[in-house]
This record gives sequence, C-alpha cells and structure tokens, in this order.
Amino acid sequence: MTAIALRRRTARSSKAHGMMRFIGRRLVMLVVALIVSSFIIFISLDLAPGDPLSVLTGGRSLPPAALEALRHQYHLNDPVLTRYWEWITGVVLHGDLGTSIAFREPVSAVISQRIGVTAELVLYSALLIVVFGVGLGVLAGLRRGFIDNSIIAVSTLLAAIPSFVAAIVLLSIFAVKLGWLPALGNGSGFWGTIEHLTLPAIALAASAFAVVVRVTRVTVRSEMEREHVQTATSRGIPRRLVIRRHVLRNASIPITTVVGITITSLFALSAVVEQAFTLNGIGAALVQAAQSKDFAVVQGISLLLVAAFVIANALVDLLYAVLDPRVAIGSRAA
Amino acid sequence: MSTVTLGRSIIFPRTRRRLAASSVLYGVCWLIVGVAVFLAIFGPLLAPHDPNSSQLEFQFVGPFQAKGYPLGFDSQGRDLLSRLMVGARTSMLGPALVVLMSMALGTLISVLAAWRGGWVDSVLGTGMDILFAFPGILLAVLTAAVFGAGLAAPTIALAIAYTPYIARVLRSAAVRERARDYIAAAEVQGLSSLTICGRHLIPNLAELVVAQATLVFAWAMVDLAAISFLGLGVQAPTADWGVMVATGETGVLQGYPMESLSAGICIVLVVVAVNLLGERIAARDEGRA
Repeated sequence: MTAIALRRRTARSSKAHGMMRFIGRRLVMLVVALIVSSFIIFISLDLAPGDPLSVLTGGRSLPPAALEALRHQYHLNDPVLTRYWEWITGVVLHGDLGTSIAFREPVSAVISQRIGVTAELVLYSALLIVVFGVGLGVLAGLRRGFIDNSIIAVSTLLAAIPSFVAAIVLLSIFAVKLGWLPALGNGSGFWGTIEHLTLPAIALAASAFAVVVRVTRVTVRSEMEREHVQTATSRGIPRRLVIRRHVLRNASIPITTVVGITITSLFALSAVVEQAFTLNGIGAALVQAAQSKDFAVVQGISLLLVAAFVIANALVDLLYAVLDPRVAIGSRAA
Repeated sequence: MSTVTLGRSIIFPRTRRRLAASSVLYGVCWLIVGVAVFLAIFGPLLAPHDPNSSQLEFQFVGPFQAKGYPLGFDSQGRDLLSRLMVGARTSMLGPALVVLMSMALGTLISVLAAWRGGWVDSVLGTGMDILFAFPGILLAVLTAAVFGAGLAAPTIALAIAYTPYIARVLRSAAVRERARDYIAAAEVQGLSSLTICGRHLIPNLAELVVAQATLVFAWAMVDLAAISFLGLGVQAPTADWGVMVATGETGVLQGYPMESLSAGICIVLVVVAVNLLGERIAARDEGRA
C-alpha cells in the first residue's frame, strides 16, 4: 500500500505539445498493460500443473458432454494465441467469462450479484479516507505541536496494522464487547447496509488512511513555507483566505494523486476484508473460488480487478497531468 | 534543563532528547527483530508444549490460569505460546524468501538497465511499468488458485510483484552511480563490465539495497499473512501467525480474542520494528549521498 504511494509520477517526454504526447503515451501504456495482464491471467490456465481441462474442472469428474463443452468453449485444441484472441473478444464483446463450476451459473452472473457489495465497501472506505485522511492531514499540517503530534502518532500506529488484524480488533471491540454494530454479513436497506459496512470500511481504510494523512501533512506544510504564501501573509491577506487560495489549492495536486492511488489499491485489498467479515462481495467470491479451484471465476474476477486497477491508475496519471501541466511537459513538479 | 549541564545541552536539549529516545526505540526494534529471527530458527525446538496437541477440556482457558501455560489456550485447547513460537518459522521464512528473490531480480534488472541504457533500459522500464498493473495480493491469490494453496506459490508471486518497486528505486541510483568518475576510471583501465558492476557498482548500492530489503520484508510479511489468513497460504492445522488470526476469528466472535490478537500483535510488532529500522537505514543513506 505504501509502495504505491511512493511511486514517482514523473514523465520522461520533454518537448512542446508535451500534454498530447503524454496523454497518448499513457493511453498506449494503458492498452499494453491491459493486454499483457489479461494474457497473464489467461495463460495461467496453461501454466498450472496438469492438463488444462482438469484445472478447469478443478479435479471434479464431469460427464463427457460437459467436458466436450468446456473443451469447445476454451478452444483447448487451438494454439495459445488463437485461444487468447477468442477468449478476450468474447469477454470484451459479449461479457462472456465462462461458466462457474461451483456455482453452476455464468461467471458474469456470479460477479454481477456480488459486485454491489464490493463497490459499496470501496466507496464507503474511499469516503472515510477522503474526509478523515485529508481533513486530519490538513489540520496536522496547519497546527504544529500537540494536535500535529497526536495525529501523526495515531496514523503511524494505524499504518502498521494490516487490514485483517484491524478487522479482528474492530470485531472484538465494537461488535462483541460493546455490541454497537453487527459483526458479520451484508445487511439490507440503506441503514442496514451502512451499519453492516461501517466496521469493514474502517478496517479497509485504516492503513491507506495513514498514507494520505502523511502526504497531505507534508504537502500542506511545504506549501505554507513557500514564498508566495509568505508574500500573501505579509500583505495582510487574512489567514483563512491565504490558506484556502494559496496553500490548499496548490497542495490539492499531490493530495489528489495520493488519494487516487490509495483508493485504487482498495479493490484488491477488499478481498481480505470481505472474507474477514463474511461479506458476500466479489473479493470473497475470488478467495472461495481459489480455494475450491473454480478456475473460471478466478480468471473472471482477477481480470475485472486488474482492469479496474490499471484503468484507475491511468486516470490518476491523466488527472495529475491535467491539474499540473508541468508533469506532461516534463519538468519536475515542485 | 538543569544548571549543571550548561553548555551544549541548553543549546539543543530537544535534539539530544530525541536522539536518546530514538536510540532506545531502535534498540527495542533490534530486540524484536532479533527475538523473531531466533524463534524462527529455534522456536520449534524451544516450544514448551506440542503446538498441535489439543486438550479440549482447556478450550479458551485464559492466560495464567493453568500452570505452565502463560498465554492460555485456543479454541481447540492448544497451547497458544507454543503455537506462536512455532508459527514464527513460516511467518518469517516466507518474507525472507520474498526478499531474497525480489532483491536479486530487482538488482539484476536495475543494474542491467542502468549499465546498458538505451533500448534495454526502455524495454525493462516498460516491462516494470506493466508489472505495476498487478497488485501483489491479487497475483498471489491467482497463483495460489493455479498451483494450489501453500507457501511456495504466493511467495514467488509476491517476489515478482515487488520487483518493479525495487527496480525503479535502484535503477535511478544505479544511473547516478554509473555517471561517477570511478566507473569511468575503471572502464579506462580496461576492466570488464561484469567486474565493474560486481566489484564496484553493486557494492556501492548495498546500503540502498538493504533499506529496500527491509521495506519489502515488511510488505511481504503483511501480504503473506493475509494470504494465509484467506486460507490460500500455510494450511490450517499448521501453526502460523496469519493462520492463527483466521482460526481465532470464531473465538473473537464468542468473546475470546486471545488467539487472533496475540498472533496479530506478533505480526504488527515485527512489521513496525522492521519498518523503523529500514527507514533509519534509508535516512542514513540519504544523509551520506
């Protein structure tokens, strides 16, 4: 998680019309990344020990007709590249991800029944990160001393707690000891969903939150020390206005980036949190499919998560370039 | 603070206090890491009881309630202290292997890219950019699904997933280092590329490599424990910290959080200690450069 935040986002192209070139380059990279990652997910079937057909059935014995259907569906007699082409065009054009052997229904149906929970969980977590992460980061950046120190201490502590440990601690305190919130399951209706997703969303947000707080604080503080801010202050512009117009507006660029990157990293992590709270989302389905060797589901959900991650990352990069044209032109963003 | 120590301590009292506090802190970090490594090697020999023998009559008996069982028992009446001591081995071994593999791979790729430059550099750079597309934990789940649950597949998957992060940091350092005079001097003397890289370039990157290795260890520890927590890594009856957090969840729901919490605390302590030590090494490296 921290690793993603540490990534340097600097572009290499350095000519005029840098913006268009940057966007073009980034889009090409995006397509290449999508092709390569989908190919890796597809080819993993062949890398598995044993014959692909037995991997697809997960060692279950199926009637010959079903085996023949699988062989036909995955074009197992064709060369690898042909099979990949058939598979990926099926996915892109028809949303056809194959059939789940354990659930006995199309993978697309397995995903569409469960994606809502995952989306709600990630959205809730993202909201927590934006409101509390950025809010407390700005506060720590503006107020030195006790407030700053305590915010940093708390966020350092949170950064060290993996999501599944956070889940256990939250469960044992708020669900079991105090009984304030329900422990497991999805819940129904608006308030039911909020109630059931609060602890999972906090567990998912905890470590990402710390990264956002730290980056926000450092950015706000370094903006505060810049000359134009000091000039504005010396000209007698009220502190509120200086902070809003000069500090926060400039600080918003790196903060947007780090928030974007941390939120994209939540997609993959949600599997752990869903499993811990037995939420019925796609992450939990991925884990159960991996345990039961339901390979079509594993491929389908992996593809979806990787695609979401790659596209979101590209959007963050592009947004960064739009907000701060220096990135595209190639000079280092100060 | 006091009048006796006029002179230096009046000038930088805060800095001095910080230094003193930090050396205690880092001492504690070294201690934690040392104990964890010691347990990873000798834990199974030193464990007071069999970590897998269950005495159902002691189910959920708390700490210090039975003589010789200071941490009490888990849901199946197994000795928690013994399970934690034995579990140190798999919990530490996995991350160590990830570090070895990803550091070797990352160093090789970054030095090759920096040394050759040109198209080799841009091909390797693009390859690394694409690898970023895979969140480590997702790649680990995928490989566990393909190759079967266990420690081996997720370990290799994480090593591959972390390589781009390492290669990116090391590459820029290697490029900087390559531009230095001593490399040019060595080239003029007619030393082979392999000798210069092996004898001069890589040793000069060593400190950065160590700093990166500690960070990778901490990430790998969290991610591998998560994989074991999900039931895709180390398998259930085996004592492992990630597994214990998962198997302890039933206890948590019944109001006996000891198993999950103690294993979780072990993970958090080691991760924090390793992280702090790594940050310190990185800071020292920056101070020198």
